[in-house]
Amino acid sequence: MPKSFLIDTSRCTACRGCQIACKEWHELPANKTTQYGWGSHQNPQDLNANNYKLVRFSEHLEDGVVRWNFFPDQCRHCVEPPCRDMADMVQEGAIVRDDKTGAVLFTEKTAMFSPEQFEEVRQACPYNIPRRNDATGMMHKCTMCNERIHGGMLPACVKVCPTGTMQFGERDEMLQLARTRLKRLKRDWPNAMLADPEDVNVIYLLTDKPENYHEYSVASNTFGPMSKKQFFAALARPFRAMKA
Amino acid sequence: MGSNAAEHHPISFKWVLQAKDKGATVMHVDPKFSRTSARSDFHVPLRSGTDIAFLGGMIKYILDNELFFKEYVVEYTNASLIVGKDYGFEDGLFSGYDAKTRSYDKSKWGFELDADGVPKRDKSLKHPRCVYQLMKKHYSRYGIDAVSSTTGVSAENLLKVYKEFAATGRADKAGTIMYALGWTQHTVGVQNIRSAGIIQLLLGNIGVAGGGINALRGEPNVQGSTDHTLLYHIIPGYMAMPNNEWQTYDDYVKANTPVSNDPMSANWWQHKPKYFASLLKAWFGENATPENGFCYEYLPKIEKGEDYSYMYLFDRMYENKIRGGIIIGLNPMNSVPNSNKVRKALDNLDWLVTSELHHSETTDNWKRPGVDPKTVKTEVFLLPSAHRLEKEGSVTNSGRWLLWHYKAIEPAFEAKPFGDMFVGFMKRVQELYRKEGGTLPEAVLKLDYPDRYDPEELCAKINGRFTKDTVVKGKKYRKGQLVPSFTALADDGSTSSLNWLYAGSYTEEDGNKAKRRSTSQTPMQANIGLFPKWAWCWPVNRRILYNRASVDLNGKPYNPEKAVIEWKDGKWVGDVPDGGWPPMATGKGRYPFIMSKHGFGQIYGPGRQDGPFSEHYEPVETPVARNMFSKQLNSPVYKYVSSEMDKLSAPADPNYPIVLTTYSLTEHWCGGGETRNIPNLLEAEPQLYVEMSPELAEEKGIANGDGVIVESVRGRVEAIAMVTVRMRPLRVHGRIIHEIGMPFCFGWTTPGTGDATNRLTPSVGDPNTTIPEYKACCVNVRKADRLTELAT
Repeated sequence: MPKSFLIDTSRCTACRGCQIACKEWHELPANKTTQYGWGSHQNPQDLNANNYKLVRFSEHLEDGVVRWNFFPDQCRHCVEPPCRDMADMVQEGAIVRDDKTGAVLFTEKTAMFSPEQFEEVRQACPYNIPRRNDATGMMHKCTMCNERIHGGMLPACVKVCPTGTMQFGERDEMLQLARTRLKRLKRDWPNAMLADPEDVNVIYLLTDKPENYHEYSVASNTFGPMSKKQFFAALARPFRAMKA
Repeated sequence: MGSNAAEHHPISFKWVLQAKDKGATVMHVDPKFSRTSARSDFHVPLRSGTDIAFLGGMIKYILDNELFFKEYVVEYTNASLIVGKDYGFEDGLFSGYDAKTRSYDKSKWGFELDADGVPKRDKSLKHPRCVYQLMKKHYSRYGIDAVSSTTGVSAENLLKVYKEFAATGRADKAGTIMYALGWTQHTVGVQNIRSAGIIQLLLGNIGVAGGGINALRGEPNVQGSTDHTLLYHIIPGYMAMPNNEWQTYDDYVKANTPVSNDPMSANWWQHKPKYFASLLKAWFGENATPENGFCYEYLPKIEKGEDYSYMYLFDRMYENKIRGGIIIGLNPMNSVPNSNKVRKALDNLDWLVTSELHHSETTDNWKRPGVDPKTVKTEVFLLPSAHRLEKEGSVTNSGRWLLWHYKAIEPAFEAKPFGDMFVGFMKRVQELYRKEGGTLPEAVLKLDYPDRYDPEELCAKINGRFTKDTVVKGKKYRKGQLVPSFTALADDGSTSSLNWLYAGSYTEEDGNKAKRRSTSQTPMQANIGLFPKWAWCWPVNRRILYNRASVDLNGKPYNPEKAVIEWKDGKWVGDVPDGGWPPMATGKGRYPFIMSKHGFGQIYGPGRQDGPFSEHYEPVETPVARNMFSKQLNSPVYKYVSSEMDKLSAPADPNYPIVLTTYSLTEHWCGGGETRNIPNLLEAEPQLYVEMSPELAEEKGIANGDGVIVESVRGRVEAIAMVTVRMRPLRVHGRIIHEIGMPFCFGWTTPGTGDATNRLTPSVGDPNTTIPEYKACCVNVRKADRLTELAT
């Protein structure tokens, strides 16, 4: 049974402890950011090769009531990761899954991917997670702090979270916790939902409509009727199964 | 209210969320919709500087609807005390006002005493001059319409908050208020908090589990540094700073030791001479004797009535009256109001000692933009300071817990903790006086000062020691051993203690209790989340102050489900009781509010500079021309300095129609001097912004992300517009008033991030504390043609 995260956005205060801890643990350099032409607390503006974790801020006014949603975005560590399936078609072993933890990992072999091949992988991800370091060519995203987990520690983002937004543990325990929290939150938030709990190991609990958090907060949100991603994912799966 | 806890005290908010899990309603009343608002049940925006109007309305609501906790109010607060005939309040002014000195004669506000000198009471609360009736009359003016029109909060929202909070007036309910600088940083800052005190006393929410008024202190260790006297007006343990009217030890003790003639009042400060004598013993050691007044006469004495807070210090510096000084742990060139003035003032120094982790706007003021360093005469010393992680010591949290923090790594290069520096300074000064003499060398040479800074030893000295063999409760202590508690302190020179409140924190029996990390507790303690063996709490490890107000006259908890203490089988169980006397009903008890002279919670507070009740006054810079509650527009006693650079805009000045409030950020610490140098934090919050409503932005032709100029009568600041629905236009005095908000953490030493927001704010302060009014001033905003302070 793999490990899972529960990200309970109803508790998130967007303190960004997770975002900073991720950078510190992975020793990632800071990007030059600006408010000019941007004017938002969401910095950096998007995930990038130096930010595997990004708290997204989304605000709207609804009948005179302000809603400000926080979405600590990261790789979902899919149960059947389409990025790996896609990558396998280029170079097997470039993207791997640690079956013990469920961590989906980009290896150094991703450096062999051309920008176009990287784009294919990125397109395969329903959550728009993979990013590329243009200097090294390597692909980057959340590592689940896999080495920390093997060392008996929590992922850095979970360790620093002061509010209980970031939870981590055995998948069945996290699913259980997610359902309990969901039931509780449904009382006040009838729209509350779990984002793709069956397909991912990073389960988001949302209280508002998914599109009020982020374009890619749930997979179904971004899917057309047979999108390119779906197409490639469908294409890749039997291919990979055949090779296995 | 008055706090953005989720952003500025993120750990405190963990507990708020847990309370919410258990069904608590969390309401956020604040000008800006912040990350705190996002996690609250609802947010209510109000205009900065109108909290007393808001809270005054709540007091009226509680009284009109009789939602207060009657027994608590009658027995434990001063609501039943009768005020003397000289008290009065007319059109915004309390009796005793002297317009010439801008001050009150507080003797006009005293209680009426009986023949024994005990305050007269009317427990029926009917006497026309009892506090209850005076309060009722005072706040009768705070009707919903006037409050709504002043604050900009709709009647519906006002009632929603009032109803919800007043519901905690029941014995089985508790309500708490978390506040921080959003309340203190006003010319009516203390009275904002007094208003909350009145509400919490009316609702019986002081001394109970889940109650209180929680002043949120933070990473700068405000609690610890205040206890140990970072401020000029007190000496350690909240005793008054000696002034020129108290020339001798006896003068001081006589003037500062309150006397109560009521046998039911514990009047705890009657013990002050013991704490004061022990403090002098700790300062002057063997040199301090009862015969020489424990060397009291060597202490420096301030001029009575003079103000030495930083607003005035920088004004004197500006007037060329100060030659040099030490600025440590502060970046005033960024964090003090009217930065243009204070930056100029600093140029007048001959010498300046600073100590920082990084260069700051203060250490590098001599080469700030627009200034030729050759024209600045100041010799600046910058000492490399150790980081928090490079030193050990104690911090005291918002709940008064003394917690040890350990050194993680050795300081880099020649960096040293401040303690090492201060000991070094003093040793050299002593050496110079020893060699060269000077005026009153004894004041320096007779100090019992350590040769080396040792935080453990210092904590032991703070706790205090016996200076001769002593027996306490049958136990023998030898000379030099640690005192077990402040009850062992004496005024005959037999004990020393650097801070009586901390006596008991470091004992022969248990060592340094700041290091305790045991979670053991009794079931009764577990029920309300008390961990008495985790660290240590002043005073005497009492976790909830005034906890005897949580029980009835027989010592039974008002809320048995959440009992804090209980009188059981002839003794108190639960938390450490606020005094061990038996319950009041036995006739041998004491009133629970032991730190106040008469023993009562002070709904009526005759000790403050600006009145015994709170009263709404407009901020000194206000967008309105009149006060709906009286003819007195601003506080009649607010403090100000008046150099030619200390300009103020007129009330409702059309050139500055917008209210500005300023604040911190989660990502940056205070003035940002440390955190702007941490790349990952700067990545998350890179530049000075100004949050404004889409309505205001449209009016001004400003788009999100545009560079703008914000101007007050004192200065101008560049910022990037953050156009957000989280700032709402407010309907005030029948028209729309806009409020904008800016952080103050950015400065020119971090290029392209912006420069001091405080170039906009005024040097006006609260009459009790002189804290400046950072939270409300008047400005205008326009789109910038070009930007020079911000990278684009």
